Amino acid sequence: MQNLQNLETNFQANIDAGKRIEPKDWMPEKYRKTHIRQISQHAHSEIVGMLPEGNWITRAPSLKRKCTLLAKVQDEAGHGLYLYSAAETLGISRDEMFHQLHTGKAKYSSIFNYPTLSWADMGTIGWLVDGAAIINQVMLTRTSFGPYARAMVRICKEESFHQRQGFEILMTLMRGTDAQKEMAQESVNRFWWPSLMMFGPADKDSPNTEQSVKWKIKLKTNDELRQRFVDIIKPQADFLGLTLPDPDLKWNEKRGHYDFGEIDWEEFWNVVKGNGPCNKERVKARVDAWDEGAWFRDAAVAYAEKKGKRGEEAAA
Amino acid sequence: MEKDNLYQYLLMLGDNSMILGHRLSELCGHGPTLETDIALTNISLDLFGQVRSYFQYAAKLKGGDSSEDKIAFLRYENQHKNVLLVEQPNTDLAHVFTRQFLFDAFHKLLLEDLKTSKDETIQAIAIKSLKEVDYHLRFSAQWMKRLGDGTEESHAKMQTALNHLYPYVYEFFRATDVEKDMKSQGIGVDLEKIQKSYFMMVNDVINASTLTIPETKPRQAEGKIGRHSEQLGYILSDFQYMQRAYPDMVW
Repeated sequence: MQNLQNLETNFQANIDAGKRIEPKDWMPEKYRKTHIRQISQHAHSEIVGMLPEGNWITRAPSLKRKCTLLAKVQDEAGHGLYLYSAAETLGISRDEMFHQLHTGKAKYSSIFNYPTLSWADMGTIGWLVDGAAIINQVMLTRTSFGPYARAMVRICKEESFHQRQGFEILMTLMRGTDAQKEMAQESVNRFWWPSLMMFGPADKDSPNTEQSVKWKIKLKTNDELRQRFVDIIKPQADFLGLTLPDPDLKWNEKRGHYDFGEIDWEEFWNVVKGNGPCNKERVKARVDAWDEGAWFRDAAVAYAEKKGKRGEEAAA
Repeated sequence: MEKDNLYQYLLMLGDNSMILGHRLSELCGHGPTLETDIALTNISLDLFGQVRSYFQYAAKLKGGDSSEDKIAFLRYENQHKNVLLVEQPNTDLAHVFTRQFLFDAFHKLLLEDLKTSKDETIQAIAIKSLKEVDYHLRFSAQWMKRLGDGTEESHAKMQTALNHLYPYVYEFFRATDVEKDMKSQGIGVDLEKIQKSYFMMVNDVINASTLTIPETKPRQAEGKIGRHSEQLGYILSDFQYMQRAYPDMVW
């Protein structure tokens, strides 16, 4: 008992001293579980996040845009790969994580349960959704768990590129015809509030935050990050000539921040609980891809085994 | 007229890559493993890169207000010159990989020959694309073997796909007037020469995959002169949607 307490004390002391925790280091079971949950959710968000954008690849309006969108969605698959690998270092397999996603046990970012209804959504997702993700992820490059922090460094580089691409798509639309401007504004109207929800519940309703801050899983609270996002985005929206659909959004000289309106938390929880516009479709798409690929994966395993066996026979 | 044949020839080269690239792009996010998803998207990206090179050149030849996007997005069905194999649907992964392999083998031989084309731009595109297509062929041939010689189920699926798709490959080698002219000018390839190497290469891999070469008659297929299967219209309604719904805009 004394021993366990020492381990815990040492562990916390290492974190407080800013040391990285590595997979083979001793860690409290709850730290391990929290990380498996968080990293796998993050990985799932990357691969479910491929779907709403994948929805526009076949309809991209130019060859150049098609290529950048394909490359972007492919980057997301790559992010999924690093993150699943980071989670695997904690003793869970990729197949098991997929199973959790497919059975609804594991969550992913709710933003991907919203549909992509126009080409402008490819711009808005880059600008707002990747923009919100970056704010979270930049913080996570300094998180205490080594493999996660390192994965984030690489992911952040690519995400900033995606965000610039999204901004550029919207800028092109806003310099275009009335139809294009309307398309951009309509898209921002749909994605603004769900983007704010990406930072999670308000601090007063977020039970995980305190422990997460202590373990340096989170270095800033949901509300702090959300405020930072609004402060960054509002001037960019002005630059683009887009209106953010919130009449309460205005500069507060005293606080040195933008004030903004109340988030519809009922909608937030409803989407989290599975009743958003596309929850069923997103999970079904993942399950179908997995099920339809079963024979393919089995064949690869069977072939490798046969080859291994033939190799042994040849050697004998 | 001479210039027009070259233009038509570039459409044939570009359309094969474009329509196959489109089929692969439909799969993005739906692959059987993350690694396969990434690889198929990569091939799609390579193919669209080639399309851009061919169509930028074609636009230059055509002059006026022509552009890679006008050529890619604003032609009618019967103005597309791809072979029918590449427009066949993603029925299942067996069809996806078999279609890929049957095309990659042809594509590699085609580009190897185009490396000595008298047209310098085509030559340069061929040299660059060949590096990519070498990889595509290694990837698809490897999967032919894994899936053909994997499980009973995978073997059966691959044989079904092969039986369906193999009859389309004969179209590659039926030279159109444009191709005959391009060959005589030293710009295009000698399809007869490629044909022999093609069947040797492809049949070797099919045998190594423990699959049976289908004893089917060649399919009537005239994609290269603009007569397509019913598939192409649906591909184009997706592919051209934005350019048709919002004409003459900058994206």
